[in-house]
Amino acid sequence: MTDEHFLDVKDLRIHFPTDDGLVKSVDGLSFHLERGKTLGIVGESGSGKSVTSLGILGLHKGGHAKISGEIWLDGEELVSASLDHVRSLRGKKMAMIFQDPLSSMHPYYSVGDQIVEAYRVHNKVTKQVARKHAIDMLDRVGIPQPERRFDSYPHEFSGGMRQRAMIAMALVNNPDLLIADEPTTALDVTVQAQILDLMRDLQRDFNAALIIITHDLGVVAELSDDILVMYGGKAIEYGTGADIFERPEHPYTWGLLGSMPRLDREPTERLLPIKGSPPSLINVPSGCAFHPRCAFEPRTHGKGKSEVPELIESEGGHLVRCHLTRDERRAIWETEIKPNLEATL
Amino acid sequence: MVTYIIRRLIAAVLMLVIVSIATFSIFFVIPRAAGVTASDFANRYVGVKGATAETVKATAEKLGFYDPLVVQYGRWVKGIVAGSEFDTGVDVEHCPAPCFGYSFITKQPVWPDLLDRLPVTLSLAVGASVIWLVTGVATGVLSALRRGSIFDRGAMTVALAGVSLPIFFTGIVSLVFFSYKFGITAPGGSYTPITENPAEWAYDLILPWITLAFLLSAAYARLTRAGMLETMSEDYIRTARAKGLREPRVIVKHGLRAALTPIVTIFGLDLGLLLGGAILTETTFSLNGIGKYGVHAIAVGDLPQILGVTTVATFFVVFANLAVDLLYAVVDPRVRLG
Ligand SMILES: Nc1ncnc2c1ncn2[C@@H]1O[C@H](COP(=O)(O)OP(=O)(O)OP(=O)(O)O)[C@@H](O)[C@H]1O
Ligand code: SF4
Ligand SMILES: [Mg+2]
Repeated sequence: MTDEHFLDVKDLRIHFPTDDGLVKSVDGLSFHLERGKTLGIVGESGSGKSVTSLGILGLHKGGHAKISGEIWLDGEELVSASLDHVRSLRGKKMAMIFQDPLSSMHPYYSVGDQIVEAYRVHNKVTKQVARKHAIDMLDRVGIPQPERRFDSYPHEFSGGMRQRAMIAMALVNNPDLLIADEPTTALDVTVQAQILDLMRDLQRDFNAALIIITHDLGVVAELSDDILVMYGGKAIEYGTGADIFERPEHPYTWGLLGSMPRLDREPTERLLPIKGSPPSLINVPSGCAFHPRCAFEPRTHGKGKSEVPELIESEGGHLVRCHLTRDERRAIWETEIKPNLEATL
Repeated sequence: MVTYIIRRLIAAVLMLVIVSIATFSIFFVIPRAAGVTASDFANRYVGVKGATAETVKATAEKLGFYDPLVVQYGRWVKGIVAGSEFDTGVDVEHCPAPCFGYSFITKQPVWPDLLDRLPVTLSLAVGASVIWLVTGVATGVLSALRRGSIFDRGAMTVALAGVSLPIFFTGIVSLVFFSYKFGITAPGGSYTPITENPAEWAYDLILPWITLAFLLSAAYARLTRAGMLETMSEDYIRTARAKGLREPRVIVKHGLRAALTPIVTIFGLDLGLLLGGAILTETTFSLNGIGKYGVHAIAVGDLPQILGVTTVATFFVVFANLAVDLLYAVVDPRVRLG
């Protein structure tokens, strides 16, 4: 059963003991993904998206983090695997693209050398062979004159070019799983679209499983097969792209949809800006972690404040963590939320 | 790049000129402004007590003290660039360039003296620098990686002691114990040229090396630790790990490499400074290097020797500065020399 999905994360918990208390950055998260498919993980800053992705790559191992749960990748369990084994998979079987390509690339090595290094960790080839391969990759991600640009340093690239180079570096070993953590956040809007297009094309070519992490639902709207909405280290809604965009059921998701930045809309006109700030991960609010900010909390007859809602199936694999009944949620969406959202379209 | 180097070289020569003028002024202009006459001056160099006025006058004349200062300075510079003739009274001696003149007191040419002592200073500085660089950087890296551990705290305490203890104290204490009490190192004043016997050379110098290195490696350990703590939390370290690199490579090639820039800078300057004479170490261990020579020259007021030492020392410092700047561009590609 365990190797049913290509990537299967089960009840993942990543907690950091700190002087102020235990930070529950990821708290019982489950999701799965197949080759060639894309999962979007969406949530506000601090919801645990990056901690989750670093956790899959085993980058919290050996630190002070407390990790439990299971991460199955292609039939192998990674949480209990040795650090050295997970390291050997990094960059080869699973790779990552980071938010800020300038700070994520080493300033003292040329872009080409950094790609060559990524290739040669996992392939015993000469520098010349690796160089040729790296130039091919640079070409593939759309960097003009790749032979010449090979020797450039990251600071000599534009933001978009740097992110392309990062993508080339991540894909150089043809990984089966690619995690992109806010790949476009640091870029201008026009470049963002190009990078997203590029990622979509490359994913098709490489047939990799792709996780795109973002705080902006707009980024994953066209790209994702499935979407996981995170809040305070937990999944609060999980379903297909259609589930999330056409029949979202969680008040927090409604908020995200309402605050989606759009080119044709002034930020001040956002319909349902999410009031308040993200929850503390040390003293998580009682009951539903979202209740201090939720307009519909009064309709749960006090349960929102006292009982932690479970993530339960609404229909056809669409999971929602909310005390409101399915019918209540659907009615609110149809009558109160959707018309307002459409009014501003 | 080439124009940059040329510009820096011109600046280096200017620096040498300025320092020599300053030295000249300290030993000639200031005393003269304070009322010391050329004869008073010459009196110090006659060599005999109670010399007659004629002898003093002859000495002053021979040493050129009656000439205007500019002429005296010009003569000195000319000697360095083109060499000079020196009238001993019996016959004319030729002093080839670079001629730093003759000691007012021993009447010996200065340059061969300096050349004699340079290997001692060089041996001391280079040997010590290898030790302090290796131990300092290694300690700093380990401390940073095990931040807060017993090793880290112990190392940083020792480092604090190293930075604050003066070398004549650590030097004398180590001489007393290691050389005189236990007899495992050479006594003070030992020196064998490397060309004669490399093993003996190292044995003789090991104690001064370690004493000097202890002082400096402490500073390097602290600097490296601070640098590593910063670089190891950078995003590119995470990227390096995400590529699947092994931790030692992440630490050295990605972390240390980026932390090295300030270390290279300080190292160049420290080494340059030491090459001009490790005054305290040479004095403590009675090593006849440039530093000890300079101290003696100042004590007896032998201007040609003083000028010789300061010029050599300035040369090393200026040269080290230039080397550091060039190295900086090599180490950090973001630095563009223009
Ligand atoms: N090493 C750590 N030690 C302690 N707390 C940590 C550590 N790493 C992350 N956290 C905390 O975990 C929480 C989740 O962080 P994470 O980086 O996953 O958020 P995110 O969803 O990626 O947000 P963003 O959109 O800002 O990137 C944050 O509150 C953060 O402070
Ligand atoms: S459980 Fe209550 S507070 Fe939480 S989201 Fe649902 S309605 Fe809002
Ligand atoms: Mg993040």
